[in-house]
Amino acid sequence: MFLSLSIICLTVAVLLAQVNKLTAEPIAAAKAMKLQNAIGDVVPEFDNNPIDEAYLMPDGRGDSLLVYPAKKGDEVVGFAVNSTAAGFGGNFQIMVGFDVNDKVVNYAVLQHAETPGLGSKMDVWFKDTTKPSQSIIDRNLSKGMLSVTNDGGTIDAITASTITSRAFLDAVNKAYSAYAQSNADADTGATKDESGKNSGNTESETDDENITIEVDELTEEEISNE
Amino acid sequence: MNKNLKVLINGVIKENPIFVLLLGMCPTLATTSSAINGMSMGLATMFVLICSNAVISMLKNVIPDMVRIPAFIVVIATFVTVIEMLMNAYVPALAESLGIFLPLIVVNCIVLGRAEAFAAKNSVISSIFDGVGMGLGFTFSLTLLGSVRELLGTGAIFSLKIFPEEYGSLLFVLAPGAFIALGYLISIFNTLQRKRQTNQ
Repeated sequence: MFLSLSIICLTVAVLLAQVNKLTAEPIAAAKAMKLQNAIGDVVPEFDNNPIDEAYLMPDGRGDSLLVYPAKKGDEVVGFAVNSTAAGFGGNFQIMVGFDVNDKVVNYAVLQHAETPGLGSKMDVWFKDTTKPSQSIIDRNLSKGMLSVTNDGGTIDAITASTITSRAFLDAVNKAYSAYAQSNADADTGATKDESGKNSGNTESETDDENITIEVDELTEEEISNE
Repeated sequence: MNKNLKVLINGVIKENPIFVLLLGMCPTLATTSSAINGMSMGLATMFVLICSNAVISMLKNVIPDMVRIPAFIVVIATFVTVIEMLMNAYVPALAESLGIFLPLIVVNCIVLGRAEAFAAKNSVISSIFDGVGMGLGFTFSLTLLGSVRELLGTGAIFSLKIFPEEYGSLLFVLAPGAFIALGYLISIFNTLQRKRQTNQ
């Protein structure tokens, strides 16, 4: 009885290990591809590898966000910021792209659990350039943070999804805070290179899931450095 | 061969897992928000059903009676993990939209139910046919339910526009719509079944 169950479990374990070995590479590639595509969609054309040069920037609310600098040659052309906020169905993640003049270039929704047909419309709603009152594309955030019209802002919320809309704009605002500091640093050429190297090294070997853990470690490290 | 064909048709119509046996309701209600989601969930379950039925039928004389349920679960869980890894690797978008319900095929009562009720008592060949039949029945039902919900909710089937989205009722994409649509589909299926029986 024990013998036959043990044999079954052993065979199964070997089989699973083989399949895992076979699929580990495509799974990692698919994840990296998704991130790469999201960055490519939201910033002006670039020729570096933003994922390798990513670094953390404070978002102005006591947390840090991952910033991916996009460079053409040696010149910085924009930044993609991986931002997050608590929506109606839990936390969602978006990638917001800025050019060097404080303008939103585009955004992409990386992961969300909003209501299908309502909040889930955020993946297209805020980039509909034919409706300027709801689009965030080309908005210049240096003139003030974004908010929905119900709160006295300038952006029309998604119909029947004000909570999602508020959270979305909150995520964009946080991304802007992180971007503004990165952009200022890039202009002065200060701390950015250093921090870029720090996170770049550790990060090239990790995948998506480890990033959140890494965030905590790095912020602690930074605090102790200061 | 005739017997095998009977087993196959049995799974699709007479003992349709969703409309007749009412097994595996959790993934049925949760993943059918669109036709494509329903169909891929059905196909993933079918793959697991066929493989686990075949293997369990092969091992039925080796597995002692006292530990048969743990042994079945180990076999089923293996195939579910395999298909989960494969889908994550090659169709990541689909795997993401099925979410937690993909690994939860392990606890789908159809899979264990067929292993216990059919594969453990029949030959490998007819167990495979049973897996195909049950899998087809499950896939057919989930695709139908997904199509109905997608059509009434968003005016499209497999993302093909049939009527403008504004006329759709969002309710059908959300959870209550799943219960309502499933209830009506079951009643229609049962009415047709009864008519067929009285005709015979």
